[in-house]
Amino acid sequence: MATAAISPSYAGASSSSKTGLWSWLTTVDHKRIGALYMFTSLAWFAVGGLEALIMRWQLKGPNGHVVSAEVFNQLFTMHGTTMIFLVVMPLSAAFFNFLIPLQIGARDVAFPRLNAFSYWVYLFGSLFMNFSWVVGQAPNGGWFGYAPLTTNLYSPGLNIDFWMLGLQILGVSSLAASFNFATTVINMRAPGMNLMRMPMFTWMAFITQFLLILAFPVITIALVFLQFDRFFGTNFYTMSAGADPLLWQHLFWIFGHPEVYILILPAFGLVSEVLPTFSRKPLFGYPVMVYSGILIAFLGFGVWAHHMFAVGMGPIADSVFSITTMLIAIPTGVKIFNWVFTMWGGNLRFTLPMKFAITLVALFTIGGISGVMHSSPPADLQQTDTYFIVAHFHYVLVAGSLMGLWAGIYYYFPKMTGRMLNEKVGNWHFWLTFIGVNLTFMPMHWSGLFGMPRRIYTYDAGQGWDIFNAMSTWGAVIQGIAGVVAAYNIWYSLRKGAIAPADPWGAPSLEWSIPSPAPEYNFAEIPRVTSRYPLWDVKSPELTVEVPHSKHGDERNDVEMGGKHVGSFHDHMAAGTPEGGVNPNAKQASTKVSIKTAEELGIPMPYPTIKPLFVALFMTLMFGSLMFIHEGKTALGVGLVSAFAFAMTAMLYAWLTSPLEPHHH
Amino acid sequence: MSTAVASHAHPPTSTGLDHRKIAIWAFIGSECMLFASLISTYLIYKGRNVVGPFPHEACNPPICATPLHPILNIPITSASTFVLLMSSLSMVLALAAVENKGKPGYEGLLGSSKFWLLATAILGTTFLGFQAYEFTSFVHEGLTIKTNLFGSSFFTLTGFHGAHVTAGVLWLLTLLAIDMKRGLGPKDALLVDISALYWHFVDVVWIAIFTLVYLIK
Repeated sequence: MATAAISPSYAGASSSSKTGLWSWLTTVDHKRIGALYMFTSLAWFAVGGLEALIMRWQLKGPNGHVVSAEVFNQLFTMHGTTMIFLVVMPLSAAFFNFLIPLQIGARDVAFPRLNAFSYWVYLFGSLFMNFSWVVGQAPNGGWFGYAPLTTNLYSPGLNIDFWMLGLQILGVSSLAASFNFATTVINMRAPGMNLMRMPMFTWMAFITQFLLILAFPVITIALVFLQFDRFFGTNFYTMSAGADPLLWQHLFWIFGHPEVYILILPAFGLVSEVLPTFSRKPLFGYPVMVYSGILIAFLGFGVWAHHMFAVGMGPIADSVFSITTMLIAIPTGVKIFNWVFTMWGGNLRFTLPMKFAITLVALFTIGGISGVMHSSPPADLQQTDTYFIVAHFHYVLVAGSLMGLWAGIYYYFPKMTGRMLNEKVGNWHFWLTFIGVNLTFMPMHWSGLFGMPRRIYTYDAGQGWDIFNAMSTWGAVIQGIAGVVAAYNIWYSLRKGAIAPADPWGAPSLEWSIPSPAPEYNFAEIPRVTSRYPLWDVKSPELTVEVPHSKHGDERNDVEMGGKHVGSFHDHMAAGTPEGGVNPNAKQASTKVSIKTAEELGIPMPYPTIKPLFVALFMTLMFGSLMFIHEGKTALGVGLVSAFAFAMTAMLYAWLTSPLEPHHH
Repeated sequence: MSTAVASHAHPPTSTGLDHRKIAIWAFIGSECMLFASLISTYLIYKGRNVVGPFPHEACNPPICATPLHPILNIPITSASTFVLLMSSLSMVLALAAVENKGKPGYEGLLGSSKFWLLATAILGTTFLGFQAYEFTSFVHEGLTIKTNLFGSSFFTLTGFHGAHVTAGVLWLLTLLAIDMKRGLGPKDALLVDISALYWHFVDVVWIAIFTLVYLIK
């Protein structure tokens, strides 16, 4: 019975009293940084989508010549790089930022200023990489940048420099963020929030941080080798010096395959939040969902060479990587079935988040199955470098990751902004996306199996590819329209969307126990958690009878701690009792709660600071100045790099020696 | 669900450890993969050089224009390795001095955190001096980062390690400056603790590099 009706209404509450450009440049609030990540990555989504549309328009029919072969190379390189590093990863990071502290009952991340730093590095790195369009030398070596193709010998221009330096800068952002979020999850959980009570999104995000921590250093080194080869004349990728032509491929895919799970696991997590809420059932097989996520991540480090079957590694290597790749389908299949069983017998509500989530379950399965098809080396030899592969990974990343992320956006928009996304416009967005995605990527299976290679900029008629390409192009156009509709929905709903209550969906986790939008300190008092579904325990205890509970939460917390008694019951946030059962006075008691500021509550908040932005800016300029060395202006390059390195270090010292927040005892 | 922790303070951490201690371990995990990539590349490229100088073998005509000696100088690098390992010992003593400041047995020079922080920084700088000597003598013998695969992978691997030692020395000198300014005591042990974890990690990496690059032929 418990739905939005019982939740207190905090209409008009503002996340923070501080507004204006300066407050955004200096913010260290994880929710604001999450919003910055979200809107920046959606802007790049528009850019990456436009790049795809130009390519699709070129391929609409045979012998298309909208752009030259060179520009086409730049388009597919930047489309892939943008969508992976500037859209899906940071959009996932938007949810890491916004959700992890809210879901584990914390007031911020472990290192708020490092968090701001990660965002600014992402922003400057993405601008740096796309600056290549302005100088007309956009990266053109594919998102995988295979060396030796990307060495000076074959790619003498600045194109690859923009790509490799841009990725190096973005890597700093991802690594800094991963240390931060891993620490946050390990160390900042509310009392009683055991690991096995964490919401599934937080779990998948936690696993993703380990993938980032362990995978990014490998591409960092691969890129360092490439930089040294291009700038300083080393021989890592010089075949005439005896270098191994597969070195880059191995290093890149040791990073690149875990990267695939970095892109999909957060979306899996979001779907695992949405499905239980709109099925009114606990997630089916919660522990197995956790273990399968861990297993996917673990196996993800042992499958990289399945991207390289065509290079001729020999039967033993091919067999090993074929088997590990097939194995990874097992935990992934477990997840699919668990989502289906979560919905089975539930009271399904087909809201927009639910529609996007179900679409992930259905369509990701298609991409997953085609993935198992090319885990077999003989089959892969037929499919590799054809549009069949393009179809596969777009079903995984667009019909998978992006659907999950859209589910997350529709689900969490009220908590982020205090307003609901419009349902009617959202329905247009959903159906256009659904039709567009399938119309674009389904025919690519056929064009691929009929032999159409990837990355060709044009093709001749009479090869049986025409109709499938025309379908893909019109599907892409529909996706483009869907993107415009979504942008309109966000723009409209930010101003005129319905005011969101604290818990508009009847959800089970902690983030819905606080007002929408969340106050700057998140939780007026840190909650104590006694099960996986703390809010359902209060509002709909009948839903959680089969979920393990502890009556008293974490035993460490009913004690004196640091001279304070902890463990006292707090009634304005939880409309009920710890053991469950609805407090009959909750509605009246909580509808008129006014939002207090952090100062009124005596909660220490971190000072806003501009320093992380400047450290990020100087770092980006330091990396960017390396390009002068490639242009032969070595003295200028070395001078600028040294100057920016000094400025960065000085600003870093200024940051580290200034206090995080007002001193307290 | 109920609430537990008083509002006007940070709640205790889940593990009881400081955030920075967790983060430095995550960072070290990441650094393991960084050095694993560098060391693997060095090992993969071992013996694939088309021109000399070579690390362990002499290079004679016609492969090299003039006869070249094996280039690695193991006695000198053993000495620099010893210096770096001793710096781990002084780091331990620096942390002990900070943790036990003012306690009996920690008086005088040998109980002074300033002394041991400075000693660690000096030992680290000495190691870097050995490395600078090694690099310049290699260049004089005709091995640069451009010469062959060995030159590229050797200078990049040991250069990355040297850069880590340099960062560590700067970190130690920063701690020393704080110690001089206001004195480091048991409350600041964490600051020294995390720098010590980093410093020991960099030493452990050197043991791997010394074994795999210098000792194994």
